[in-house]
Amino acid sequence: MQTLKKVDVVIVGGGWAGMIMAKEIATRTSLSVLLLERGGPYQGLAANHDAKDEVDTYVRHRHTENAADGLVTHRRTPQSRANPIREFVGLPFQGTGMGGSGDHWGGTSPRWTPESFKIATHLKELHGASKLPPNLANQDFGVTWEEIEPCYMRAEEMMGTCGKAGNLNGKKIEGGNVFEGPRSKEFPSPPHTMPYFPLLFAKTAKEMGYHPFPMPSSTLSQDYTSPDGVSSKGCVYCGHCSGYPCHVGAKASPNFRLLPIVEKKKNFKVQTHANVRRVVHKDGKAVGVTYLDQSGNEFMQPAETVVLAAWGLNNTRLLMLSKTDEQYDPVTGKGQLGRNLTYNMGGGISFFLDKPQNNFMGAGGLAMGIGEMLGDLGDEGAKEGAFRGGIVFAYNQGGSPVLAFGNGHIPPGQAHSNWGAEWKDAAIKWNERYVSFLNTGNCFAYSHNYVDLDPTYKDKWGDPLLRCTYDSTDADLKQINYIRKKNIEIAKAMGGIGVPSGPIQGRGPGSPSPHTHGGAIMGLSPETSVLNRYLQHWKIPNLWVLGANAFPQADEHTTMTVLGLAYWASDAFIGRYVKRPGALS
Amino acid sequence: MNSMKRREFIELSAKTLGGLLIFSLAGEPIIMNAQEGTVKVPLRFFTEQEAKVVVAACERIFPATSATGPGAAQAGVMVYIDRQLAGPYGTDKYRYTQEPFIESVDQDNGYQGKENPRETYRAGIPKLGADFLSISPEQQDERLRGIEKTHFFELLRTHTIEGMFCDPMHGGNAGMIGWQMIGNPGPVMNFREAIGKYNGVAYAAKPKSLAQELGHPVKAWEDEERG
Repeated sequence: MQTLKKVDVVIVGGGWAGMIMAKEIATRTSLSVLLLERGGPYQGLAANHDAKDEVDTYVRHRHTENAADGLVTHRRTPQSRANPIREFVGLPFQGTGMGGSGDHWGGTSPRWTPESFKIATHLKELHGASKLPPNLANQDFGVTWEEIEPCYMRAEEMMGTCGKAGNLNGKKIEGGNVFEGPRSKEFPSPPHTMPYFPLLFAKTAKEMGYHPFPMPSSTLSQDYTSPDGVSSKGCVYCGHCSGYPCHVGAKASPNFRLLPIVEKKKNFKVQTHANVRRVVHKDGKAVGVTYLDQSGNEFMQPAETVVLAAWGLNNTRLLMLSKTDEQYDPVTGKGQLGRNLTYNMGGGISFFLDKPQNNFMGAGGLAMGIGEMLGDLGDEGAKEGAFRGGIVFAYNQGGSPVLAFGNGHIPPGQAHSNWGAEWKDAAIKWNERYVSFLNTGNCFAYSHNYVDLDPTYKDKWGDPLLRCTYDSTDADLKQINYIRKKNIEIAKAMGGIGVPSGPIQGRGPGSPSPHTHGGAIMGLSPETSVLNRYLQHWKIPNLWVLGANAFPQADEHTTMTVLGLAYWASDAFIGRYVKRPGALS
Repeated sequence: MNSMKRREFIELSAKTLGGLLIFSLAGEPIIMNAQEGTVKVPLRFFTEQEAKVVVAACERIFPATSATGPGAAQAGVMVYIDRQLAGPYGTDKYRYTQEPFIESVDQDNGYQGKENPRETYRAGIPKLGADFLSISPEQQDERLRGIEKTHFFELLRTHTIEGMFCDPMHGGNAGMIGWQMIGNPGPVMNFREAIGKYNGVAYAAKPKSLAQELGHPVKAWEDEERG
């Protein structure tokens, strides 16, 4: 193993968190920054044009992580054996290469609520611990809204997020999301022009007394220049959005918004095809990381500070493989690492309209939403065992043709089979009339949902895969069904055809979604968290871990809060740690 | 799989390979005078016999109808499947294949079997019966219903949909008849002027393939890399 020249800061991962940290450090200090990226370099907009082929990019996942190398395993309960996720199912999973998943995300960009960050305290105060679901493992983040809000703002200004403020410094503004936490400034870009389905949803919802608003989206509604002077083109609504890289630079990606800044800096370097395997540490200090190049050569990269900014679950796995902490045990409740695995507890319904919607035009995050179910569900929800919800939105994020045809959706009763002449004629007739509401939001942490290393399945290099033990609870289903009931009312009022009726029965989600959180969480005590409130490792102060792994539980979509916390951590690192290295209090 | 095998071809009637069928912008199928003669399509994975069975089976899954026009045979769905199976997908080059292969107790986490797509097709096609090509369409439906719950049928149905609506560079959606059928214009790179202007009214446009839209050829994965 060759030992390379020491750097001041080594950052693992070229996605949003790693590139924000790299940009902040490289532009605000003279420290040398080396970013190690598992995948390849950014290929440019021409390659992104060619990547608009649906079969290769969306159906076969040509540009995402190679599933053959090993993803994660999953089981519902600690008593059962886990199965590997053998191939990508549904939404594309984590990216690889510069930009990471930030290069092919959907761009849906809601912030969380002020209470989301102190949810354990908040819910106990509101309802009393005895009324809350059993085995709840929620913990406070340790950051306040006043601390995180300016970081959200910086993320939005860097990306050019479009939307309309509904709460500007406490003043409610109709047309925006009046249920959002107070924001310090208006959105950097105006809302998108909305197509048929979101408009119809907004009109109906308003008539029913809701307060519809344009969903925040980090796909630019018009040309934009960020405060750092990076210019990007407005969206062209090509409809090949979530799951695809953008071909005009409108959908925020680290490659468009951050790479142009750091690549000009002499103190910044990228090493691509560098697959980090371990954090090397001794006596409570990180010494550096080891990585493999494409040919399988192993290198030791020494560094004064190590920043992990891989996909959240991969950060957690790297810590486990590096033996930095005690593994969490769901029986004894001891151990820090592996706690609080959460997803997004979504739900949503699909139905049909009587008119075509042209769903091939669209953009990720092109949606109208309502915020009445965001945050606390109040007494009405609590009565039904539903405590927290999320934004409900009607989207038109674009359907490339195979994706849009999907499973050949038809309203109930239109065919006897899901193949054959009757089905085909119906599926073609209804293809352009098929629409969905998406609910995202609160996902509680429970003591039985956690991650550890799988005893059976290994990655290509012989290291164990991460094992997710996750099952939804009755309380999760009650939350989903509470919001579903409202979904159904609105869909019917819209004149929806084939609107589902009744609650979801049976079990809720189990298998990991692209929105996974927790594992190496932040918090206020080293007994129950791996990271302090600055995302600094409690026991190894020169190790920082950025990503959704840090969330003690989850609320709205993941990305904005990953970005906000990355800015928050970068300020603590640059403003305090660099001046006096050591554990921050 | 054996790459040294004799090169197989399938002869399809020219009118079964798209390009001649035009939809009005309102979506009405208009069959132009079909060319006579046959087209020889080189096969990459299937034998000629397998190819013929797959053509017939896909056509029952997604048949030509008077209301919505042509089906899987005319769109070249079999050609799409043949090329996918010959490519990296066919041999699970990008699927996690470490043992043990055990079905999940909760039926979570997707397909857990050991068979790769090539093996699934090679073993699945004979289950439709040696006489599949000579029996009536109703009898063919009966056979397909008999395997409806199998992984093979699930793949066949999924691949039929993919082959109907894929970019023509993958061998299916010949003449972009699938896209015409659903009113999809293909990967149009700019809708900036159109967004928000066709509310509840179909945006009718003649589709273009990715290569036509970009003005240069794009290489399909299965053409660049074999399984």
